[in-house]
Amino acid sequence: MNLQKFIFAVYPYIALTVFFIGSWIRYDHEQYTWKTDSSQLLSKRHMLFASNFFHIGILAIFGGHFAGLVLPHGLWLALGVSDMQHQWLAIAAGSVFGLMCLAGGLVLWLRRAFNPRVRAAGRSMDLFILSWLMVTLLLGLSTIPFSVGHASHDNPEVMLALSGWVQSILTLNPQPELLDQVDPVFKTHMFFGMTVFLIFPFTRLVHILTAPFNYLGRAYQIVRAKRRA
Amino acid sequence: MKIRAQFAMVFNLDKCIGCHTCSVTCKNVWSNRKGIEYAWFNNVESKPGIGYPKNWEDQDKWQGGWTKLNGKLELKAGGKLKKIVQIFANPNMPQIDDYYEPFTYDYARLQNAPLSEAAPTARPVSQITGEKMDKITWGPNWEDDLAGEFEKRSKDTNFSNMEKEMYKQFENTFHMYLPRICNHCINPACVASCPSGAMYKREEDGIVIADQDRCRGWRMCISGCPYKKVFFNWESSKAEKCIGCYPRVESGLPTVCSESCVGRIRYNGIILYDADKLLDAASTDNEQDLYKAHLDLFVDPNDPKIIEQALADGVPQSWIDAAQKSPIYKMAVEWKIAFPLHPEFRTLPMIWYVPPLSPVQAQIDQKNLPTESDGVIPKASAMRLPVKYLANLLTAGKEDYIVSALNRLIAMRSYMRSINVEGKPDTRALTAAGIDEDTAKSMYRYLAIANYEDRFVIPTSHQEIQLDDYHGFQGQNGFSFGNDSGGSPKTLFPERRKESMEPREPAPQAGPRGK
Repeated sequence: MNLQKFIFAVYPYIALTVFFIGSWIRYDHEQYTWKTDSSQLLSKRHMLFASNFFHIGILAIFGGHFAGLVLPHGLWLALGVSDMQHQWLAIAAGSVFGLMCLAGGLVLWLRRAFNPRVRAAGRSMDLFILSWLMVTLLLGLSTIPFSVGHASHDNPEVMLALSGWVQSILTLNPQPELLDQVDPVFKTHMFFGMTVFLIFPFTRLVHILTAPFNYLGRAYQIVRAKRRA
Repeated sequence: MKIRAQFAMVFNLDKCIGCHTCSVTCKNVWSNRKGIEYAWFNNVESKPGIGYPKNWEDQDKWQGGWTKLNGKLELKAGGKLKKIVQIFANPNMPQIDDYYEPFTYDYARLQNAPLSEAAPTARPVSQITGEKMDKITWGPNWEDDLAGEFEKRSKDTNFSNMEKEMYKQFENTFHMYLPRICNHCINPACVASCPSGAMYKREEDGIVIADQDRCRGWRMCISGCPYKKVFFNWESSKAEKCIGCYPRVESGLPTVCSESCVGRIRYNGIILYDADKLLDAASTDNEQDLYKAHLDLFVDPNDPKIIEQALADGVPQSWIDAAQKSPIYKMAVEWKIAFPLHPEFRTLPMIWYVPPLSPVQAQIDQKNLPTESDGVIPKASAMRLPVKYLANLLTAGKEDYIVSALNRLIAMRSYMRSINVEGKPDTRALTAAGIDEDTAKSMYRYLAIANYEDRFVIPTSHQEIQLDDYHGFQGQNGFSFGNDSGGSPKTLFPERRKESMEPREPAPQAGPRGK
C-alpha cells in the first residue's frame, strides 16, 4: 500500500472512528472537561470582531463543504444548479467566509500567542489546534486560484472528483484513485482537514457538539429536585 | 397555588462593622482554587462607592437582570435568540480588570534575597501570568472605608437622582457597609441566561447552583446576573458561584459567612412563597411596586390552608415548623424592616437587608438635630445617611418604606431606652411608628441580642427521603469524585459512572431478631 492509498483510503476511517468514538467517550466520561474554554474574561479586546468573524467563517465553511461534497450531486442538478454554477458559488462563498475566518482567526491567534494573560491561562493544545485550523484554512484558501483556473476553463472535473471521493468514503467504498488528477494543494488541504477530525475529541473543539440550540425552546427558569425522579 | 420553601437570609446593616470576616471565611472554604482566586462569593463593599466588580449596579452598562419589554418580562440583555447570536463573543462580559487582576506577593524573596544594605521587598506577582506587577491599581475592596476620591466613588449609581455634591463635604459625608453574596433569587436572571441549562434553582430550598458538569462556559450567566455574583473560573472555564453553603445548610448549619459573622448581623431561615405568582410579581409594571409584589409572594406559614397546601406540594413538616419560627419572615413580612437589594432588577432576590441607622451623636448632644418625642433619638430624616440613597439601594427609590423601617428601628430603641434608663415604658414612639410593645420587645431580642438560635432556624434537608440509598451517600456530603452532578445516570459504557450521588449497593436491611 502506498502513501496515497493510505491517506485517502485508510486514514479517513481512522480519523472518523477516533472522532466519533473519542467524542463519545469524552462526553460520557468527562463532562467536566467538555467546555468552550473561553478566554474572554482575561482579554475582551478585539474579541467582538475576531471571535465572531472566526466562528461565523468557520461554521459557514463547514456548511459549504458539507453541502458541496456530502450532499448528492443529483440533488444540485435537480435544484437546477449546474456544475459550473455550483463551482463558482463554492469559489465565491469559500473566498468570502474563508477570508472572514482568516481575519478573525489571525487576531485570535495573535492574541493567544502574545497576550500574556491568554497565553498563561491557555493550554498548549489551544494554540496548537488554532494553528492547525489556520494552516488548514490557508491551504484551503490557496486552492481557490486552482479552482478559478478550472472553472474559467469550464472544467468541473476536479470538483466532481473531490465530491465523488468524499461520497466513496462515506459509502464505505473508498476510491482513492479518483484523486489521481487532483492538484497536490487540494490533497494537502484534505490531509490537514481529516486530521482535524482525528484530533477533535482531544481539543476544545468538542464544544460545537453541544451548541445550545435547545435553549431556544426551553423555559427560562430551571428548577431541579435533588431527589431522583 | 404552589408553595415552595426558600432558604433566605437577612443582613442587618445596622450592625455590620465591615470586618470582612465573612469574605475571608468564604474565600478560604469555597474560592481559593486557581482560576477563581479573583472571585469573592461574599464581599463587603463600602458605600457610597462603585463596588466589586466596578459599577456592578449600572445596568445601562452591564445589561444584567430583567426589564419590561412591550409589557412582557424579558432579559435586559435580550432574549434567547439574541443570546445565541452573541454566543461567540458576549458583548456584556466583564473583563478581569473590572474585578481586579488577582495577585500575591513574592514572599520567598524576603528570605532568599542576597545580603544587602536595603531590606528586600516582596513585590506583587500576578496570579494569572505569574509575572511581577509594577503596581497594584485595583483590588476587591479598593474603596474600603471610603478610600479614594469622592469623584470616583460618586459614580455609584445609587446617587443617580440625587444632588450628590453636598455629600463630598467632610461635614456631610456618610458611609455604610454592604455585604453581598448571591441573592439566590426567586426569578434568577443567571438561570434564565444559561444557554446550556447548567444553572438551576433547587426545588427543596431554592438555592441557585451552577452544575459544573453541564456548564460549557458560554458565559451568559456572568453578564446576566445583575449582582455580578456568578464568576467565570478562567482555569476551568466554568461558571462558579455561591452555593449557599448547601452541604452545611442541608445538615441544619448556617452558611459559613453567617456562622462566622462577628457582628451577628446575618439571619438564616426558611420562607414559604407561592411559586405560581412569581412571574406576575417580577412583571409588576412600576419598579417601585416590586418590593410590595415581592412581599405579597410570601405566604403565612401559620395559616392552616397554607400548611395543607405546602404539605401537598412536598414541603416537609419540619420545614413548615422552621418557617413559622423564621427570623426572615419576622423581619421582612411582620415587621417590614428588611428589604431586597435593588428590587428593580426584577430577579426577586432573597437576601434582604435591614437599613442602617446612622445617628450623629455629637449633634444630638448639642440638640442640633430634630428628635423623636423622647428628645434623645433623632428622626429618621435627620440621619446622616440620606434616606434617598437607602431607597435607591433597597426599594427602587421609594422613600416611604425606608422611613417607616427606620422609624420602627428608632422607636424600638426609644422604647427600650425608656425601660432601661427612665425605668418606665414610654410607648409614644412605638405608637407613632405603628408597632406594639410585644413587637418592640421581639425586635429587641432579634436585633440587639441576636441569639444564635434566633438567628439561625435551619431545618435539615431530610436526605433520608431524598436519596434512594442514604447509606451509600454517607460521608460524602459536599464531596465528589468528579463528573457527579449532571447529565443522565445512564451511561453508554458498561463501566459504572463516577457519581457520588448514585446509590451504591443498597445497605442490608436489619432483619428481625433471632433470625
